[in-house]
Amino acid sequence: MTRLAVPKTYKLYIGGKFPRSESGRVYEILSSKGAFLANAAQGSRKDARDAVVAARAAFPGWSGATGYNRGQVLYRIAELLEGRRAQFIDEIRQSEGVPAVAAARQVDAAIDVWVWYAGWADKYLQVAGNGNPVSGPYFNISTPEPTGVVAIVAPQQSSLLGLVSVLAPAILSGNTVVLIASEKFALSAISLTEVLATSDVPGGVVNVLTGSAAEIAPWLASHADVNALDLAGAEALDWISLQVSAADTLKRVLAPESGVPAPSVERVTFFTETKTIWHTKALI
Amino acid sequence: MSFLDYAPAPESTSILHLKKSYGLFIDGSFVKGHGKSFSTISPATEETIAEISSANAKDVDAAVGAARRAYDRTWSKLSGADRGKYLFRIARLVQERARELAVAESLDNGKPIKESRDVDVPLVAAWFFYYAGWADKLDYAGLGANPRALGVAAQVIPWNFPLLMLAWKIAPALAAGNTVVIKPAETTPLSALLFAEILQQAELPDGVVNIITGAGETGSLLVNHPDVNKVAFTGSTAVGRAIAKSTAGTGKKLTLELGGKAANIVFDDAPIDQAIEGIVNGIFFNQGHVCCAGSRLLVQENVHDEVVDRLKDRLSTLRLGDPLDKNTDIGAINSKAQLERIRELSNIGEAEGAERWTAPCELPAKGFWFAPTIFTNVSTSNRIARDEVFGPVLSVLTFRTPAEAIAKANNTPYGLSAGIWSDKGSRVLAVADKLRAGVIWANTFNQFDPASPFGGYKESGYGREGGRHGLAAYLTSSAVASAATTRGASK
Repeated sequence: MTRLAVPKTYKLYIGGKFPRSESGRVYEILSSKGAFLANAAQGSRKDARDAVVAARAAFPGWSGATGYNRGQVLYRIAELLEGRRAQFIDEIRQSEGVPAVAAARQVDAAIDVWVWYAGWADKYLQVAGNGNPVSGPYFNISTPEPTGVVAIVAPQQSSLLGLVSVLAPAILSGNTVVLIASEKFALSAISLTEVLATSDVPGGVVNVLTGSAAEIAPWLASHADVNALDLAGAEALDWISLQVSAADTLKRVLAPESGVPAPSVERVTFFTETKTIWHTKALI
Repeated sequence: MSFLDYAPAPESTSILHLKKSYGLFIDGSFVKGHGKSFSTISPATEETIAEISSANAKDVDAAVGAARRAYDRTWSKLSGADRGKYLFRIARLVQERARELAVAESLDNGKPIKESRDVDVPLVAAWFFYYAGWADKLDYAGLGANPRALGVAAQVIPWNFPLLMLAWKIAPALAAGNTVVIKPAETTPLSALLFAEILQQAELPDGVVNIITGAGETGSLLVNHPDVNKVAFTGSTAVGRAIAKSTAGTGKKLTLELGGKAANIVFDDAPIDQAIEGIVNGIFFNQGHVCCAGSRLLVQENVHDEVVDRLKDRLSTLRLGDPLDKNTDIGAINSKAQLERIRELSNIGEAEGAERWTAPCELPAKGFWFAPTIFTNVSTSNRIARDEVFGPVLSVLTFRTPAEAIAKANNTPYGLSAGIWSDKGSRVLAVADKLRAGVIWANTFNQFDPASPFGGYKESGYGREGGRHGLAAYLTSSAVASAATTRGASK
């Protein structure tokens, strides 16, 4: 007799915990052939608002950690992802219907993206900041700082790589994130939160909502405690209204991209604020 | 037991699994050296720890040959991301074996375990972690797109921070794409040899890092080897000068991190409690075996007596003894030769008229020890104010105005570091501007971080280690590299 498998309940990830949607709703995640894979939580406006509260609460601690510390945490994510490679390959195969080789390539690329961004945590400041030769007896230095809470619509056509390619650059500088996963390919997003939860990423730094981006994104775009909006995966949505709505609180907005965003330092610096400090020098 | 006496709390050496003798680490494995082997001893007990091979000309040739092959065949062909992954592995292995490395370092070097455990080894891991991240980001290093590695780097490091200096040298070299032959100091080879085991665990390709042991002659053979593209040396100014001469005209890129005679300037508005701790840390950290040590204390005249009195009080509480004891503040002097140099310079200080004060502490019968010592009434022409003592000896001078402090601070051929203590930010920054030194610490001292460049002005050497600037020592821009290729072809 074959052993009966124990399937996983896919839930949300908010404040380091795995709640169901407060709305009590779920939606079906189907395989590429249309077979039932799992019920995912269908996140609501309330879930989104809870996630923003959790993200805001986690911001002081995470942005206050050293770059070295954040870099090690990101690298730890890569280490643990490597250890769960098989699980992610399996989920990607089922959801996307791609061959094992392609799924493996996606997982490996996602791991390498974590490593690449991990290295930036204690360096982006050295590339994006500088001393300024002002004409006067002043010490003057400009350094980037994280902007705050970033809401992200993850790429919708990629299970893992798209998600990682928008998440890593946002959090490495110290931002905290509320991320809407790919609606169709949500399994990898939820499994990734299990990796995050065991990688020394403090609870609340990353919050993941599954469900309809069209339904959830407007609440985040208009939320007054969200500082920036990454519309990477919002191509198919009415993203211009999201951007208009974000303008009320002058959120920084990244426009949609088709496909998976390539690793770039610009993605890091976009979600930072440049702070310039002047200090007098005595005349001696 | 008085309230300052602590029960012994020695770190166990059972974590070490040392071999009786160590060979040279060439092309991925340990081989016997052809020079005359020597013992490495614990400076705290004078007991032999292990027998160490010495590399002669033939061995140096083999090591450079292995590094060249590794450069041509594997390392220069790897992606930056893959080089980075090896460095990340090394960083993690150092973290995993941190306790063992710290014990080995304190045993072989004589530094207190609290320093090797809390400073040296964590910084070693941090250095590899930091430069690991640079390996695939060299386009951002500041040399334009596609900067190139130099080739084979010959590196010679000192005995004061054996493993940390190794990390400062190897991490940026490998991140930039070079291969390495490195020679640790003859009195402190142990941690480098344990590090070779870490390289094996990391499965670093053979020949990318070669570790050869020996004395000054081995180092000279290495830096003068014709197939070396880059020389990096940390040590005395005298040897640095000799290397600058012998590499002149060879086209080898050279960086030198040499001696220092740092001024630690205390203004009368300084936070005195912090300043006292900073002065103690500045000169008595690592028994004063620190090139950037704050060995010249410049105190504003009106607070001189208060600072000196409080300094003496504080020094009287330092615990000198077994480096492996967790409560030890001051460990052993690294070698007999160094102890003799410290004694000689201190005697000259007294003979030249400075007033000597020694902390009241008992010195162990065996091993090399020197109690924390302060000289007051020092004048700028005294040798203890000019020469690098490289020991737990502080010279105290006074000044009245900021201009006088700056003039005295800069009155040295060295220019590695300086300290400023004042509550007034505008004064700190103005004085910092006028100091001719590569690292300035304000209201702190002896801070090190892989993200922060370190290196000297004037006869303290040239080039920087650490930070983005540290990469430049191991890279050349693609424009310069192509120009060099063209010149070579037209010859």
